[in-house]
Amino acid sequence: MNLATLTLHEASDKLGRREISSRELTEEVFERIDATDAAVHAYLTLARDAALAQAKQADERLKQNNSVTPLLGIPIAIKDNFLTRGLRTTCASKILGDFIPPYDATAVVKLREAGAVIVGKTNLDEFAMGSSSENSGFFPTRNPWNRERIPGGSSGGSAAAVAADQCIAALGTDTGGSIRQPAACCGVVGFKPTYGRVSRYGIIAFASSMDQVGPLTKDVRDSSLLLQAIAGNDPADSTSATRAVPNLSEALNGDIKALRIGVPKEYFVSGMQAEVEQAVRNAIERLAKNGATIEAISLPHTEYAVAVYYIVATAEASSNLARYDGMRFGHRADAKDLSETYRVSRDQGFGAEVKRRIMLGTYALSAGYYDAYYLKAQRVRRLIKKDFDEAFKHCDVIVTPTAPTTAFKIGEKTQDPLQMYLSDVYTISINLAGVPALSLPCGFDGAGMPIGLQIIGKHFDESTVLRTAHAYEQATEWHLRKPRMEDR
Amino acid sequence: MKYEPVIGLEVHAQLLTASKIFCGCSTQFGRAPNANTCPVCAGFPGVLPVLNQKVVEFAIKVGLAAHCEISRSSVLARKNYFYPDLPKGYQISQYELPICAGGYIDVDGDDPGAPKRVRLTRIHMEEDAGKNIHDAHGDSSLVDLNRAGVPLLEIVSEPDIRSAAEAGAYLRTLRAMLQYLGVCDGNLEEGSFRCDANVSVRPAGTAALGTKIEIKNLNSFKAVERAIEFEVERQSDTLTDGGKLVQETRLWDEQREATRSMRSKESAHDYRYFPDPDLLPLVIDERWIETVRASLPELPAARRSRFIANYGLSAYEAELLTHRKDVADYFESAATAHGNPKALSNWIVGDLFRVLKDRKLDEQLHISNWPVSAEHLAQLVKLIDQDKISGKIAKTVFEAMLDSAKTPLEIVSEKGLEQVSDSESIVAAVEQVLAANGKQVEQYKSGNEKVYGFLVGQVMKATQGKANPQKVNEVLRAKLIGSA
Amino acid sequence: MKLTCADVRRVAVLARLRLTEDEESQLTAQLDAILVYMDKLNQIDTSDVEPFSHATVTTNAFREDRVTNQADADALLANAPDRDGTFFKVPKIIE
Repeated sequence: MNLATLTLHEASDKLGRREISSRELTEEVFERIDATDAAVHAYLTLARDAALAQAKQADERLKQNNSVTPLLGIPIAIKDNFLTRGLRTTCASKILGDFIPPYDATAVVKLREAGAVIVGKTNLDEFAMGSSSENSGFFPTRNPWNRERIPGGSSGGSAAAVAADQCIAALGTDTGGSIRQPAACCGVVGFKPTYGRVSRYGIIAFASSMDQVGPLTKDVRDSSLLLQAIAGNDPADSTSATRAVPNLSEALNGDIKALRIGVPKEYFVSGMQAEVEQAVRNAIERLAKNGATIEAISLPHTEYAVAVYYIVATAEASSNLARYDGMRFGHRADAKDLSETYRVSRDQGFGAEVKRRIMLGTYALSAGYYDAYYLKAQRVRRLIKKDFDEAFKHCDVIVTPTAPTTAFKIGEKTQDPLQMYLSDVYTISINLAGVPALSLPCGFDGAGMPIGLQIIGKHFDESTVLRTAHAYEQATEWHLRKPRMEDR
Repeated sequence: MKYEPVIGLEVHAQLLTASKIFCGCSTQFGRAPNANTCPVCAGFPGVLPVLNQKVVEFAIKVGLAAHCEISRSSVLARKNYFYPDLPKGYQISQYELPICAGGYIDVDGDDPGAPKRVRLTRIHMEEDAGKNIHDAHGDSSLVDLNRAGVPLLEIVSEPDIRSAAEAGAYLRTLRAMLQYLGVCDGNLEEGSFRCDANVSVRPAGTAALGTKIEIKNLNSFKAVERAIEFEVERQSDTLTDGGKLVQETRLWDEQREATRSMRSKESAHDYRYFPDPDLLPLVIDERWIETVRASLPELPAARRSRFIANYGLSAYEAELLTHRKDVADYFESAATAHGNPKALSNWIVGDLFRVLKDRKLDEQLHISNWPVSAEHLAQLVKLIDQDKISGKIAKTVFEAMLDSAKTPLEIVSEKGLEQVSDSESIVAAVEQVLAANGKQVEQYKSGNEKVYGFLVGQVMKATQGKANPQKVNEVLRAKLIGSA
Repeated sequence: MKLTCADVRRVAVLARLRLTEDEESQLTAQLDAILVYMDKLNQIDTSDVEPFSHATVTTNAFREDRVTNQADADALLANAPDRDGTFFKVPKIIE
């Protein structure tokens, strides 16, 4: 059997029983990458030698039964906006040049301490700005289910790598849907935890008040294991939550009797792909059959979410990206003076979408416009959060589609940025409110493309989200389907 | 048309914390370039700031001492602009909700009984920027980020100041206060205490404010006063000649002793302030404020009053001794060692200050580096009070004490400077002098009082200056009268 | 029309971005369309609403005043485009 196709918990089990070694597992993952990445382009950088060394260490630890954790010896892929010490980090942008970070992101430190094997860095939309991975400064990643289609974004590389068994699991980040939407496009599980659950230290910042780290995995159990390994307070991140992290695996008990599920009418509007609506409604019925009660609810300010997001996120980003100036690291252009050096380095280094968002954000903060745009957007944001607070008085989780359509074709939406932004409508409010949300597969459309079901929970209630997702998953077989990849 | 100056001052004070405001780097001055840096203060990708609690404590301390309103909830904000010494491309500062608002500092003017009250607008926390140095090679600059992230308090006054002298007094008072609180060492020349001046003029007696012009590059108290004087004159002259003043920033040129326009192509900065999403709103409760209040040291004004009341010093002496906290500490430890505060005050203010001035020692030279320790000075005064040496001899001993580790007693012994007080020696000396100076004795007896001094001088000479002057007088007078 | 080319140029200066004329006009059109879309926010009355602050309310997050970093200028300068000893070397700054 191809070890690369194992789930995290299966692999962990076999490693624990010494049926397989981490070295074997890691080697088969790299073989899989060699065979498929020319078609998928999920990876920007591979860390083959370091990974094999880590696998060797993991095998040592396993042999001595030395602090065995679920992640020990497991090959994990990391989105390239996480800083990894000694391993080139690009954020899929030319502006970072050949930047080799002198430190690890906290989430990476935790993985290393748990004994995980770091396979390499995956592709993304440049600076995590995008919903298709087409904005990568290097190349677009392709959806393993259909190479003509996007894998979603911005964590497209991580999602594709998981779907194609190019890693056992992966880490991504989600600011407006960037874990969940690619998970939906690629038929895998993607979880964005509550804002503050996982440290943002060492993640290249896009929108500081929304960025969150989360797992992309082959099933829900894997998601709970990977999230458990990286969650928790970090003194290096002031916005990191001090709330204790419960034992998330305990949530996977299959019991959803009397679970109150809210279904917001605003998420089922015209313009949605019919098959997506159908698959999601079927999923809701399935959950009801297993004991949950369904409530119709309203999130009345949903229609304003995209506008709010694209003001606040771009404002924060315009400031966060000022440090990419060619002075202390990254690309520096050859120019006649300081002023030109700034402008040319940034022009040469940043792609079109990044520039567009920097411009928008700078404008929204500029003198005379701050009140009308930034402040106004933050006020409406509070109303959006209140919508969720209100809704959760009547239900335990909220279930919606993850995206209005399945993965579209590469190049289909690149002409009109606004159209691209509007495709984020189902995921974006969640980031504005800071609540946790997970996407898992709930069907396929006529073209064989995966459809994603989104489960949204209360702040810090990852357990109920996982419980709901797990119950649904175990009652179906979507998670067992894999894309057909011609091995080369 | 008489114009009156309207001046506001902005002071940036570097705080004496061990570590920087948002990271664990050292704030120690003088390290090799970029030795005190880390990814956080160097603005690397992915880093996040975490606020140093002591900075908040210091801000509360200063706010309380300056009678400010301490905000129960304040916000750290980003001030966005591009410059090589600003690694993140923004400075974390405070904008709409600073930690302290209002407040005032009372400054002594010509009449010590009627201090001038200079109101404060606000006090807020922020991080310092790095340093740019011009490269010898000509077309580059060198950037050292050691200073980037060092905590600053920005203290902004209302435009209540009306003269250059008042400005100087305000700065000295503020600096003394910060030193007393132990939050800043107040060194203008080294840059731990920086001042910008906002200067405008208006027709005397009117209320509307004139065009405000900011003056930067003031590197000493003298520079502040001179620049203000220059600028007030320049502005008044311009208006008198019918010219117009443009709101701008000007630099003080120390060489030419004039202000000049900054050669800046950019229009007014648009800093695009917004609350920093990486930091939480700062919540300060009553308990914290009271804890800080309880830890406030005695401030200059209170210490001055106490010196006057408890040590019987004059207002003038008290002012000189409390001007700097370490000087006041020096005086008090000496006065505690030997209870003659008046004499000690004279020695410090007269002799010791003179020595420091003559040696051109840094105005900031801490008392631990002074040429005479408080303990030894106290011992010296004690020797005088015990009649072991005369006041005059003491001056000699004092000179020998400078930079010596020897106690005054040791020096007196070594040099044989003990006062001669025993009757026998003095009588012998007087008799010897009277015998050798018959003419002067006659002159004295015929009513010439002036020659008495000469005779005393002779006795002192005969005793190498060690004779107890009082005893000499007693004996000499007695002998002169006696031998009438 | 909410946005003019002049606005775009002003913002590009603030953001230190060099734009070609084509990029300028393209951006003006795109950003204009986006800003027009943002107008929908004015449909909502927010006069009684406080701006959003933090998603998950946490108490003050502080550090102790301790030096915890080791001096390592070389590690920091390893990625510098240009250096001189342990200084970052940058194009000349004209005061």
